[in-house]
Amino acid sequence: MPCGLFHTAYQTDERIYKSIWVKAWLVAFGLFLLLLPLFVRDYVLYISNMIYIFVVGAIGLNILTGFTGQISIGHGAFMAVGAYASAILTTKLGLPFWISLPCAGFFAAFTGMIFGIPSLRIKGLYLAIATLAAQFIIEYTIIHWERLTNGITGMSVPSPSLFGFVFDTDKKFYYLLLGFAALAVITGRNLFRTRVGRAFIAIRDRDISAELIGVDIFKYKLLAFGISSFYAGVAGSLWGHYTNVITPEHFTIVLSIDYLAMIIVGGLGSILGTVLGVIFMILIPEFLTTVAVLLKSTFGEITTLISAIKGLVFGLTIVLFLLFEPDGLSEIWRRTRDYWNLWPFSYR
Amino acid sequence: MALILSVNNIQVVYKDVILVLKGMSLDVEEGKIITILGNNGAGKTTTLKAISGILKSEDGEVTDGSIEFCGERIDKKYSEEIVRMGIFQVMEGRRVVEDMTVHENLLAGAHTQRDRKKREEDLEKVYDYFPRLVERRKVMAGYISGGEQQMLVLGRALMSRPKLLLLDEPSMGLSPLMVAEIFRIIQRINSEHGVSILLVEQNARLALSVAFHGYVMENGRIVLDDTVEKLMENKDVKEFYLGLSEVGKAKSYRDVKHYKRRKRWLT
Amino acid sequence: MPENIAFLAQLVLTGIVLGSVYSLVALGFVLIYKSTSILNFAQGELLMFGAYVCLTFIVGFQVPYIWAFLLTLAFSFILGVMVERVMLRPMIGKPIISIIMLTIALSVVLRSLMQIFWGTETKVFPPTFSDVPIRFLGLFIAEIHLFSLIFAVACVILFVRFFKFSSAGLAMRVTAFDQQIAQTLGINIKRIFALSWAISAIVSSIGGIILGNINGINNSLAAMGLKVFPCIILGGLDSVVGAIVGGFFIGVLENLAGGYLDPVFGGGVKDVAPFVFLVIMLMIKPYGLFGKVHIERL
Repeated sequence: MPCGLFHTAYQTDERIYKSIWVKAWLVAFGLFLLLLPLFVRDYVLYISNMIYIFVVGAIGLNILTGFTGQISIGHGAFMAVGAYASAILTTKLGLPFWISLPCAGFFAAFTGMIFGIPSLRIKGLYLAIATLAAQFIIEYTIIHWERLTNGITGMSVPSPSLFGFVFDTDKKFYYLLLGFAALAVITGRNLFRTRVGRAFIAIRDRDISAELIGVDIFKYKLLAFGISSFYAGVAGSLWGHYTNVITPEHFTIVLSIDYLAMIIVGGLGSILGTVLGVIFMILIPEFLTTVAVLLKSTFGEITTLISAIKGLVFGLTIVLFLLFEPDGLSEIWRRTRDYWNLWPFSYR
Repeated sequence: MALILSVNNIQVVYKDVILVLKGMSLDVEEGKIITILGNNGAGKTTTLKAISGILKSEDGEVTDGSIEFCGERIDKKYSEEIVRMGIFQVMEGRRVVEDMTVHENLLAGAHTQRDRKKREEDLEKVYDYFPRLVERRKVMAGYISGGEQQMLVLGRALMSRPKLLLLDEPSMGLSPLMVAEIFRIIQRINSEHGVSILLVEQNARLALSVAFHGYVMENGRIVLDDTVEKLMENKDVKEFYLGLSEVGKAKSYRDVKHYKRRKRWLT
Repeated sequence: MPENIAFLAQLVLTGIVLGSVYSLVALGFVLIYKSTSILNFAQGELLMFGAYVCLTFIVGFQVPYIWAFLLTLAFSFILGVMVERVMLRPMIGKPIISIIMLTIALSVVLRSLMQIFWGTETKVFPPTFSDVPIRFLGLFIAEIHLFSLIFAVACVILFVRFFKFSSAGLAMRVTAFDQQIAQTLGINIKRIFALSWAISAIVSSIGGIILGNINGINNSLAAMGLKVFPCIILGGLDSVVGAIVGGFFIGVLENLAGGYLDPVFGGGVKDVAPFVFLVIMLMIKPYGLFGKVHIERL
């Protein structure tokens, strides 16, 4: 392993794969993911699929909050917009999934941008409150626009099909979702090598200074809302077509909080962190459920308490991360990696 | 002469990396006015903040040396304790609480005073010192004039019955007449109530006119330390702080670089 | 009284009752924001806490109402101090998103804890007020509503008096304005933070007890905590007067919107109208009616 990386050109500095070893590890990991369905149960595939969907959505939120610094507590609502848009397009208009998915993304993006308009005048706390309002308003609209969305009863969503090949099992969806997740990660990572991405980061760090050097902050803030909601919409659409049923109950403020938890635990402003955060936050409740099942024999009432305990652990996890590791899992990863990179030396 | 405050060779660091005070020492004799002069960035305000304990709020720390007040070490104490002990810092810039009235600002100054009667007495005393404030009692402090604000912060300081006042640039931004009045009041506070004063000032002439002893700071260190009479005669002080240079003579560039001109015993 | 005027007046009256409680909770929120610049997303959970604890004392321990009330206040005080010390104190100086997230996480933790101890079904206070509504200028008001209104208003007045005239209140105002000035005056700002949280918890508990008496205690009580946002956006995040005005206004607005628009939109308008109003406020006057406009300096 090299014991240091010395870049001598901008090109090499910007490269995503810092060295040949990283590429090698990634290829190995990719192979592992591709072969996974061959030797695990459907339940594990279900979990993985959930992880892939949420990776797409969470990357969107991290782009908005971690990279552009705009706090959003309404991400769940934008996922809902995408899910419902896709559902309506496929059921009421009979469009195929391959068209309804990007349309769902655009619908969500459009909605996101509307709620991003206040960012022209307000920032920080106030913007966060505006996104909170967005969450409630969108939720209300979905529940009460019954002619369009069936209200509380929800809608059933068909599985996507391509040239007659129907994606209706966990395994088939696995590859589809893996592809989308990989796409989301690649586009997310590359976004920050472009002008747009750098503008986002400039806005996060000091938006008045960014404006002074010529970044049109309103345009880029809106763009950030739009891009982030696009990801959420795509995630929503995927989710709807995967679970085949959507109801407003799935997209409450709890979902928005879940998303925020994922990127905070994972690490704001880090694509890798997003992935780690999603995995972590999805596996913890699953782990708890398994533990609860195991303990059922000794503690009978634990099943009734389990949702409350899940909530407690969820909240405490966030609190502990915020207090002790505010830069999230990506920071822990970086430290570990650096340590092993240089082992047995201690200094770079 | 009894020393009410003794700063011993302190080193102050901000944010763990910025070294501001590089080992400076000074003494304040009880009941006297001591002044610290120096250009901007020399570290004068930092010295006052180190004494009053509010360095921590700016991520600063006294990393070496000690500060003693009435024989007790205070460099590790919190500001609320230090105020209770009798040190009060009047920060630069007339920091009044703009949302509260003049009267409420003064009451806030008496925060450490538990005794209601003493508080009333002190209020009377302050209004006596600053008749201008009496008519402005009910006005929001943000709206009164600069001179009145400076009087307000001084009055607020008096409410805590301080033994040592740390004054940071009281003349800043005030008209000459107002400045003269403020300084008269500062002298009154010192002579009538025996309050020791550590005065940081840019207006060197004025500071030297009221002080007993003076320090000159540069780059985080004391470079001159003498009685006021001797300071006024010091060639460097006269040229750099009092504006009295030799008129009409051609100056050589080397003379301007005063660091090269004379070996200082500390730099 | 002609029927539609009576309808309007009735809505306004109930709105005022509701608004008085909102004012109380909004005051608690503004207090924390003013002294510590923290947005407390867990305000609703503090409401629930008060209601549950009071109920437990009354029903579980058979303590007379007045003592239960006072004990609840004591417990809330302790909760406020603990929350501040354990969770918020270490966060001083951290970026705003971390702090927001922390109070959100706190709300989840508190809610889960309360769920573990008290379950999820709605609990009711033992009835202490008669069901016969009182007639007042041709309108009806339930006895419990009248009492709540008077009590809430009394608390608001008490609270404002404390803030304006006591020396602790004075110290809090100085800290809220500028922490450094407070430090030079010898104010222990850590204690002020703890006090802010404690008082906020107490005020929320009172609100929770009142609402719990009117509507019963369950998870929706926590949602009240989020309703406080429209109130303070209207009034201004850092204005005590604004919180009071905002509280009453939103209470009335909610009721009017519900009364008139429910038939049009099919129900539930009551809960979403304040948030639509919030967005509108943010577009035209983001700092509220009484808030200070922030000037950003580089």
